[in-house]
Amino acid sequence: MANTKAIDKKTVEHVARLARVNLSAQEIGIYKKQLADILEYINKLGKVDVKNTLPTSHPIGKMKNVFRKDNMKKSLPVEDVLRNAPNKKDSLFIVPKIIG
Amino acid sequence: MKNYEVVIGLEAHVHLLTESKAFCGCSTKFGLEPNSSTCPVCLGLPGSLPVLNEKAFLYAIKTALALHCKIQNLIKFDRKNYYYPDLPKNYQISQYDMPLAYDGVIEIESQESKKKIRVKRVHLEEDAGKLMHEAEKGVSYVDFNRAGVALLEIVSEPDIHSPEDASAYLVNLKAILKYLKVSDCNMEEGSLRCDANISVRPEGAKALGVKAELKNMNSFKAVRDALSYEAKRQIDLLAAGEKIQQETRLWNEARGLTIAMRSKEDTQDYRYFPEPDLVPFTVDKNKIDQIMRSLPELPQAKKKRFISDYSVSEYDARVLTREADVSDFFEATIKTYNNPKEIANWLLGDIASLLNARKVSIAKTKLKPGHLAEMLEMIHSEEISGKIAKEVLPEVFENGLSPKEIVRQKGLKQIKDSGELTSIIELVIKENEKSTNDYKAGKKNALMFLVGQVMKKTKGKANPKILNNILKNMLGGK
Ligand SMILES: [Zn+2]
Repeated sequence: MANTKAIDKKTVEHVARLARVNLSAQEIGIYKKQLADILEYINKLGKVDVKNTLPTSHPIGKMKNVFRKDNMKKSLPVEDVLRNAPNKKDSLFIVPKIIG
Repeated sequence: MKNYEVVIGLEAHVHLLTESKAFCGCSTKFGLEPNSSTCPVCLGLPGSLPVLNEKAFLYAIKTALALHCKIQNLIKFDRKNYYYPDLPKNYQISQYDMPLAYDGVIEIESQESKKKIRVKRVHLEEDAGKLMHEAEKGVSYVDFNRAGVALLEIVSEPDIHSPEDASAYLVNLKAILKYLKVSDCNMEEGSLRCDANISVRPEGAKALGVKAELKNMNSFKAVRDALSYEAKRQIDLLAAGEKIQQETRLWNEARGLTIAMRSKEDTQDYRYFPEPDLVPFTVDKNKIDQIMRSLPELPQAKKKRFISDYSVSEYDARVLTREADVSDFFEATIKTYNNPKEIANWLLGDIASLLNARKVSIAKTKLKPGHLAEMLEMIHSEEISGKIAKEVLPEVFENGLSPKEIVRQKGLKQIKDSGELTSIIELVIKENEKSTNDYKAGKKNALMFLVGQVMKKTKGKANPKILNNILKNMLGGK
């Protein structure tokens, strides 16, 4: 059952792109090893005997149907919302252009 | 040339009509100051936790049941991961492998036949923020007010085979949602949005063709136009022996064509996993039965009832029941003026044009069912002509006065007095010697002209029947 998929250079590049992270060639080498180590560690779970264990659908045991009523609450002041924004204008966040 | 079959599946996104967002208490109101309706939960600030809005959940279940879906035994949420500036958490709370409901159906009428379009799944998720682009400055602006608003995704099976049927499906879906009062389905404000998957295949072929995903269609007309364009584009490509690329294409309304979107690398790699911040949900059989019983009469059922109870045509019944406001108005008017066909004619004719021109729903105007009944009664008793009624109607719309009052104020009552009419007719005959002679020489059309002249002099108030009789007598008698 162990996940034997090797972590190669391409996989690291793919994951980096999904996370929008730029990696140097040297960093790719570092993360290739680190990710492989992590996976190998996680794969130990595959060796556990779960024949008599029920699947867990959620970490919080039997708790279910937790709702809130449809009531409005005060939102944050716009100044606070934008406080950490590197770039803003007229209550809007500004980000680099997404599509042309 | 070979014949091709078009295969279409639709993905509709609908804002649910809740006061607050899906997982936090921020307002869902449209048009607020940008980012003024945001909080740690919908901004994805560290340490915040989402809690599901009960009303959003019930609306979702209600909709699913109205679409004849089965409800999932165990309902859970998943994270759909992607990095894009409209998504503050870098994941969207959605549902992946276990949608809230599945296996439903929406009936549509097309060219006199009924079709059942299967609904594959209905799931609950949160909307993303809104991006505005300023190409020249190389920037995009982000407003997170919409981020976290409860969104219902309704996905059809690829059972639709023409742009017209796609439009009919959406019209019916919108009608159902509005009857349920779970969404206002305002396409202009983005509370109803639709994407489409479309492919073509040679007639009789089993395998589906390569599909394109169409986006950016902002009206029912745009959906129809985009699908027509895209079907033709794909058929032309295949007929020329070329291949179709699987891609996302944007409808360009101004140019009337679809344009391939720059292919996003790694599409579909959303790395879904269960949302650990939300517990699972279940709806027991009793609750489902209770919601089922509370469902209002839906458009299809109402349409059938209108045809059998009021003997209106299939077409009239369909248009009358498209909006609950209109069908309610229709039935309320019948209570005081029992002539369904006449009421339908006015509702679907003059009243519909007035509503269209003003872009309002009938419930929001000053016209009340009692007004229409009173006006029709006045036509029936020949107090006013149908033509005058068409003048009275917009006045009722504008100021909410009763038709009787408007007719009195403006002196629009029909002239039925033969003496009064005779003197006007005498004048018209004198002024129009040529037409008078033409009529006597056997030109029947000349009569219409003379009638028109009398109407002009009386501002349309002459009783047509009496006018015709007197005129014919006077002309024919000589
Ligand atoms: Zn919020």
